[in-house]
Amino acid sequence: MFRNFSCLVFSALFFVGSVSPALASGEGHGEEEEFDIAGMIMHHIGDDHGYEITHGVKVPLPVILYSKEDGLQIFSSSKIDDGQVYNGYKSEHGHIVKVNEDGSVNESIHPLDLSITRNVATMLLSATLLVLIFTAVAKGYSTNKGKAPKGIQSLLEPIIVFLRDDVVKPAIGHNYGKYFPYLLTLFFFILINNILGLFPAGPNLTGNIAVTMVLAVITFLIVNISANKYYWKHVFMPDTPVWMYVIMIPVELVGVIMKPMSLMIRLFANITAGHIIMLSLYGLIFIFKSHLIGGAVGGFALFMSLIELLVAFVQALIFTLLTSMYIGSAVEDHH
Amino acid sequence: MVLLNSSLLSPSPGLVIWQLIVFGILVFILRKFAWKPIIDGLKEREGEIEGALRMAEETRAEMAKLKSDNDRLIAEARKERDEIIKEAKEASNRMIAEAKEGAQTQSTKILEDARATISHERDVMLAQVKKDVAGLSLEIAEKVLRKELSDKAAQQSYVDTLVADAKLN
Repeated sequence: MFRNFSCLVFSALFFVGSVSPALASGEGHGEEEEFDIAGMIMHHIGDDHGYEITHGVKVPLPVILYSKEDGLQIFSSSKIDDGQVYNGYKSEHGHIVKVNEDGSVNESIHPLDLSITRNVATMLLSATLLVLIFTAVAKGYSTNKGKAPKGIQSLLEPIIVFLRDDVVKPAIGHNYGKYFPYLLTLFFFILINNILGLFPAGPNLTGNIAVTMVLAVITFLIVNISANKYYWKHVFMPDTPVWMYVIMIPVELVGVIMKPMSLMIRLFANITAGHIIMLSLYGLIFIFKSHLIGGAVGGFALFMSLIELLVAFVQALIFTLLTSMYIGSAVEDHH
Repeated sequence: MVLLNSSLLSPSPGLVIWQLIVFGILVFILRKFAWKPIIDGLKEREGEIEGALRMAEETRAEMAKLKSDNDRLIAEARKERDEIIKEAKEASNRMIAEAKEGAQTQSTKILEDARATISHERDVMLAQVKKDVAGLSLEIAEKVLRKELSDKAAQQSYVDTLVADAKLN
């Protein structure tokens, strides 16, 4: 169902894309700035120095740069807003570059950008929220000891029990306890960031490939470090005729790499696609500037928001489930 | 195409580093301060519930056993009570019968004794009366004779009458 609707939205987008230039050229005489929907969407789903809540309201965040030549540089992101040059640095499409005296980009210096960008700020916020929420839940187990769970504890306990009994335990087996804390953190980190992304001006953290890549790499490391000899035997000495090894071993090795790759791309693509759909719908309002379209799009956007809420949970669950299954296949005993 | 050309698909090193640091610390903190107490608490509670259920089951079985024991005891007690009552009834009946019999013999004996005493007393009395009557008769006869013999003429006449009568016969 989700796929059908996204097809519908994309076909609507293509339609808009083919029609809007005609509209713009027909009536526009350069009086109004043309609405750049692609730019708006890309700006939103990408990263940024400073947190732009709405047009013109931008919360400055610290920019941290390191280069051999200049050492560590820390300054507010408001200093480089709108293409300003500060200490020889300027932001080009969200990418900070060193500029020469004459204003041209210095290609020889590539500063390492360790800034607290919008995504880093969101990550810190979500991590703080997770720590606050789950220490409160944990406190419930000592204050309500021997009693029924209460408050936030009773809200989140079913999810934790569900993950343990229906996701992690069946996938990994009796030895799940070692991996369970990581999997719980993974699930709730992805979930809270998916949900934060659904808020107005919400950041696209779990739809950022750097974030999903780190999660996938951690999973990759855990799977391959805890893998037992049966797993490696399956990779390097599969139960096939020996002459097939020429094909089988590369295929298995690709499989080892593809598992985390699929995790990385699935989460990134799903969340980014969700953001693109929502922003495209909102963009339609600004393209058509019509009450009728606005009303229709508003209703449909509400519906899509609910779908995205579902996706937020489903993607967190899928990432956790597949990670558990990969770990399970790596530590499985063959008696 | 816009998507592929953009920086969207190239991870930025700064974000990778931050994500590694923040996520690593998050896993560490949550594992220590949240997941461990939560998992332990859940396990403990589940253990308690399981123990409580098992104990309830055991208690139920024990109750059933106690109940059957009680029933058996009650039945035994009832039987014993019935026996005791029966014995007591028999004993009392026997005692009543014995008492009745004793009373009967006693009364019979008393009656007989009384009768024997009465007949003895009567015999003694009768003998006394006979003796007294005989003495009295003798005395009277002596007195009469003495008086009769004192008058000679009268004696003679009487004897004459008697002789006259004897001739007639």
